Amino acid sequence: MKANPADYDLVAPGNLKDVLSLLAEKPGTWLPIAGGTDLMVLYASGKLPQRKLVSLWNLPELRRIEATEEELRLGATCTYTDLRQNEIVEREFPLLATAARWTGGIANQNRGTLGGNIVNASPAADSLPALLVYEADLILISAAGERRVSYLDFHAGYKKILLKPHELIREICLRRRFKEYFSYARKVGARNVQAISKVCLAAIGRWKNGAAQDVRMAIGSVAPVPLRLRGTEQAINGKTIDAAAITAAKQTVIAEIQPIDDIRSTASYRTAVAGNLITEFLQALRAHGEVA
Amino acid sequence: MTTRGRREVSLIVNGVAKTISAYPMERLLDVLRDEVGLTGVKEGCGEGECGACAILLDGALVNSCLVPVLQAESTQVMTIEGLSDGSQLHALQQAFLECGAAQCGICTPGMILAAHHLLNNNRNPSMEDIREGLAGNLCRCTGYVQICEAVEKVAKEAGR
Repeated sequence: MKANPADYDLVAPGNLKDVLSLLAEKPGTWLPIAGGTDLMVLYASGKLPQRKLVSLWNLPELRRIEATEEELRLGATCTYTDLRQNEIVEREFPLLATAARWTGGIANQNRGTLGGNIVNASPAADSLPALLVYEADLILISAAGERRVSYLDFHAGYKKILLKPHELIREICLRRRFKEYFSYARKVGARNVQAISKVCLAAIGRWKNGAAQDVRMAIGSVAPVPLRLRGTEQAINGKTIDAAAITAAKQTVIAEIQPIDDIRSTASYRTAVAGNLITEFLQALRAHGEVA
Repeated sequence: MTTRGRREVSLIVNGVAKTISAYPMERLLDVLRDEVGLTGVKEGCGEGECGACAILLDGALVNSCLVPVLQAESTQVMTIEGLSDGSQLHALQQAFLECGAAQCGICTPGMILAAHHLLNNNRNPSMEDIREGLAGNLCRCTGYVQICEAVEKVAKEAGR
């Protein structure tokens, strides 16, 4: 423990309105903290520059899960455990349920939050490719009001997000239209749990008249941001999946990603794995489609 | 609201109400060890990777190194010291002894609490469930086999 707790302040207003007015007072002064699974690590290592924190943990307004016929709305401080226990997530958004199971171990799943994962903005976060594939919307809230934005545009660069200092994510909205899709998720890491991915792929798609339809794919740990693979999707959609299509998809994904060497892996390994995961997904989609 | 300094934090630790004066960002781990004297809560990695500091917070398994003490206000905390009934060991503690599931002992309190949390939520866990339930707790001595066997033994005995 390298930080001195006396140098820091933490307040817990206990309701959303008071948190938002605090954030509006002097934007940028107060850093929101939810379950602490990222920020407390930074803090203990002596690397947390912000000295004033405001707790979002257990604010009832941010931890609800609401379902309408069209949409599932997840409160930003829903934990991975909350997601795993939700039947609609399990049934209709399996990529998110799987990512929740992959994140940390049980203790971190009891504290880590989906909104926290988004604002921490790690390109290696396992739940973010799932949100890109499902084309989530975010409801952002501040003392001045709220706005709804597409999650697809939310990551502007490495650890840069389109959230203003006085804003919070209130909800993550998922359209309930993917129930019939085939889905595929695979994480490649040193260990199944409690390990950060070297590469992780989330993908869905349909199979109609012998061809891939509406394939959506997103990948983690191979670019400065969690990356939706638009080019690779274009290379596949409407095509039958044969050896030539798989080769084309692999070439496109390699052109789309920008992997680096780091503590967990190398760029060349990540490139090879990304190609292999795309292949595995496409073969599984075809096998699924031919049976159905 | 800019009252940098110590704060009174009230919580229930192993069934006993406590009010502690602490800086709000102090780690619950440090408060439990240094202020409450519960040294069964171990510090391993200090970054949420190893589970040695695991406790139950309102019944949920958490790594106490990642919980600022202010977020534990009005909660119920359970540490390994709160598991046994006086000198009567809990079934999990007894099974860990019988199965040789502890060696150096640093991971043991967190392991047992993770197992306790698992069995509270799943009365009939498969070996896969046990492995998943304990996957956030690292042991560098025993190699996990005896640990999983100890948990399985308790689950089976409870199921009878």
